[in-house]
Amino acid sequence: MTFPVTTCPVTIRIQQDDFDIAREIAVLTGSRTDIGAAVSFTGICRSDEDSAKIAALSLEHYPGMAEEEIRRHADEATSRWPLNGVTVIHRVGRFMPGQNIVLVLTASQHRHAAFQAAEFLMDYLKTNAPFWKKEESATGTGWVEAQARDDEAAARWTRS
Amino acid sequence: MKVKYFAWVRERVGKAEETIEPPATVRTVEELIAWLSGQSEAYAYAFEKPKVIRVAIDHAHVKSDAAIAGANEIAFFPPMTGG
Repeated sequence: MTFPVTTCPVTIRIQQDDFDIAREIAVLTGSRTDIGAAVSFTGICRSDEDSAKIAALSLEHYPGMAEEEIRRHADEATSRWPLNGVTVIHRVGRFMPGQNIVLVLTASQHRHAAFQAAEFLMDYLKTNAPFWKKEESATGTGWVEAQARDDEAAARWTRS
Repeated sequence: MKVKYFAWVRERVGKAEETIEPPATVRTVEELIAWLSGQSEAYAYAFEKPKVIRVAIDHAHVKSDAAIAGANEIAFFPPMTGG
């Protein structure tokens, strides 16, 4: 299914710096009046993982492919839902609990498309975008293992 | 061809990237992993569970039976944990 051509700017950034959610929403919606819904998802570094205390989290990525992979999914999202804008910002570097890691913003005329597209993008980001997390705790450091539940979450969007 | 390694695959191999020249008999990703595994203990350790390893050719995910002919850059990495 395709939708009538609407202006749907797609912004993808991978950066060390933090992001300002309000500012990103303002950039996405701007002075447009055709947007009726903007959904934002923020992924935050948490201090507990299966009751183990996390001191810090390091994120590494595959430069080039990470941007391309996110763009492929953003393009799929814009073909599946009538979106008016998509912004994905993924941070890399070392993070302390409470710090922002990822931002997904979707804008549409109506909320359902914006909610679904944001969820779709996050599910695919977790399983298909080349980023890896390493945890630091009191007992040492270790790479975070991929979760089967994330694969299941992404699989529900697969179309036959 | 250029080869890149990420996360614990990079740590186990001991380098982030290199240029390799596998013999012509190595035609698929699966065969390349087997060939690399025979190069040293470090590679054997990195690829000890080949089914776990994810592979991308020229920035696109591929399966283990994908042909490597014509590839500019092949990357090996663990399942992704971003987001």
